[in-house]
Amino acid sequence: MDIKSSLHQIKEKFKGNKFAPAFNAFHTFLYTPNDVTKGGTHIKAADDLKRTMNMVILSLVPCLLFGIFNAGYQHYAAIDAANGVIREVSLFGNFINWENFILGATKVIPLVVVSYVVGLTVEFIFAVIKGHEVEEGYLVTGMLVPLIVPVDLPLWMLSVAVIFGVVIGKEVFGGTGMNILNPALTIRAFLFFAYPTWMSGDKVWVHGAVERTGTPEAISGETILGSYAQNQEIMYSLYDMFIGFIPGSVGETSKILIIFGALFLIFTKIGSWRIMLSTILGALFMGLIFNQVVDFGWITETSKFYGLMNVPFWEHLLIGSILFGAVFMATDPVTAAQTLKGKWIYGFLIGFISIMIRVFNPAYPEGVFLAILLMNVFAPTIDHYVIEANIKNRLNRLKIKSS
Amino acid sequence: MGLLSKKDAKLILDPLSDNNPITIQVLGICSALAITAELEASVVMSVAVLFVMGVGNVVISLIRNIIPSRIKIIVQLIVIATLVIIVDLVLKAYAYELSKTLSVFVGLIITNCIIMGRFEAFALGNGLWRSFLDGIGNAFGYAIILIIVGFFRELLGAGTLWGYPVFGDAIDKTGLYAWGYENNGFMLLSPMALIVVGIIIWIQRSKSTHLIED
Repeated sequence: MDIKSSLHQIKEKFKGNKFAPAFNAFHTFLYTPNDVTKGGTHIKAADDLKRTMNMVILSLVPCLLFGIFNAGYQHYAAIDAANGVIREVSLFGNFINWENFILGATKVIPLVVVSYVVGLTVEFIFAVIKGHEVEEGYLVTGMLVPLIVPVDLPLWMLSVAVIFGVVIGKEVFGGTGMNILNPALTIRAFLFFAYPTWMSGDKVWVHGAVERTGTPEAISGETILGSYAQNQEIMYSLYDMFIGFIPGSVGETSKILIIFGALFLIFTKIGSWRIMLSTILGALFMGLIFNQVVDFGWITETSKFYGLMNVPFWEHLLIGSILFGAVFMATDPVTAAQTLKGKWIYGFLIGFISIMIRVFNPAYPEGVFLAILLMNVFAPTIDHYVIEANIKNRLNRLKIKSS
Repeated sequence: MGLLSKKDAKLILDPLSDNNPITIQVLGICSALAITAELEASVVMSVAVLFVMGVGNVVISLIRNIIPSRIKIIVQLIVIATLVIIVDLVLKAYAYELSKTLSVFVGLIITNCIIMGRFEAFALGNGLWRSFLDGIGNAFGYAIILIIVGFFRELLGAGTLWGYPVFGDAIDKTGLYAWGYENNGFMLLSPMALIVVGIIIWIQRSKSTHLIED
């Protein structure tokens, strides 16, 4: 007897058991369920929620791998920089090598493991108590969370945040599909407000920078956004930013891999290209406005906003995590707007507000997550008005015809 | 209870659980969010509200038959305002530091909907003794939630209780902090008070399921 049929037999045997949902979760993860609809015609498709989530995870894997190498690379690069050695990055020379991989893996893999173990445990507990099936929503959240936190984040903080995010952000609303806020971003917001010293500043983004503070071996962990906010010179070239050889949260740095992920999501029709595109348009629009303000001379170099306002509008896409947010966060089908027109508005405002927060609030240089959470809250309102407008349009059309 | 009849005891016990002003009626939320970052402030606030509600309900009950109904709201406001000013002045005289932390929120007891609500709903139609019991009953119901929220927010947010360090010194890294523990700054922000109150409501409703309405 093969595994598939023996698993089905176990399932039949323990039907109605308290822990059946927990078993079923693993079962459907491995195989498509054996209970199928009988009679009549129906659409044959295997892309249930679990397959959909797996696709998103696949699109995130390149970012994760890059993040592992980058975590190691940034650490050694920062040490070199502290010793006065300027590194010339080369992809296959000093970037993809064992040294970087081992250091990065020892930092990043635990984040992934903790995120999944804690989050899925909470999900299983809720499924067993409530007696419903385990929902697949956490599969993607669990992958996103390690990618949007600094590499040196203490693991217990991550666990606390994951418990908070899954319980308060999702389960109290009724689980996957019912949540108002994106769980991964709820987790990040919790971390950001609860432990700001570990989530912002010029130390946490490079492994080792925090422990070495105040010692002779001190290294810098500043992100590009942080440097801009303090009107400092930027040491990274556009090429570095595009490929991702810059400090930042684990998975957000490599723009080219995020674009690959985006294309993959669009091609498999899982991510909404409308939201991605409109988010980028919104960000560019706001960037343009700020550029114009600088051009008109309303903001001069003495202003604390000058550094970020003077960034060429298209460069905003290459720094920070606006692209990551647009592709993987804003497109979350549960919390995004549902109507087509609503998606355009929703995405545009995310981009617009992200750049606004980024420039105006140096304390929150990474405003993308706040912008997306805000628009998550407004998404149902947007949908409501889009639908109302549609109804009104149709009624008007009817009137014209009948009169 | 020998001292109180069953009906009277209900006046005090009901607001503590099944008719709690905060978790069931969801009144008085503003002060519950604003001053619960420290346990001490929540206790003082509870005592102040206890005084205002106990005395206020008695006063309103005493004059309930001579208040012209057209100006009853104004009369109620004057009674509350008088009592609140007494509390404010007492705090300023004997606990100046604390009155500075509580700042406007003592004055804002006046807008606490629980007080006005009990005046309207109970004291205007009931005798002195029963009004008094209702007043302190509701004040205790308010206090218990405030103290629970204040306890958790101060403990997890600042690592202290009543100002005394519980987990060790956060700056010198002693006690729990030596293990890498850190205070949760989110607990000190108001949104977390809302979430803590929400969790209390959640627990209460899952314990006593008859409270759940569709």
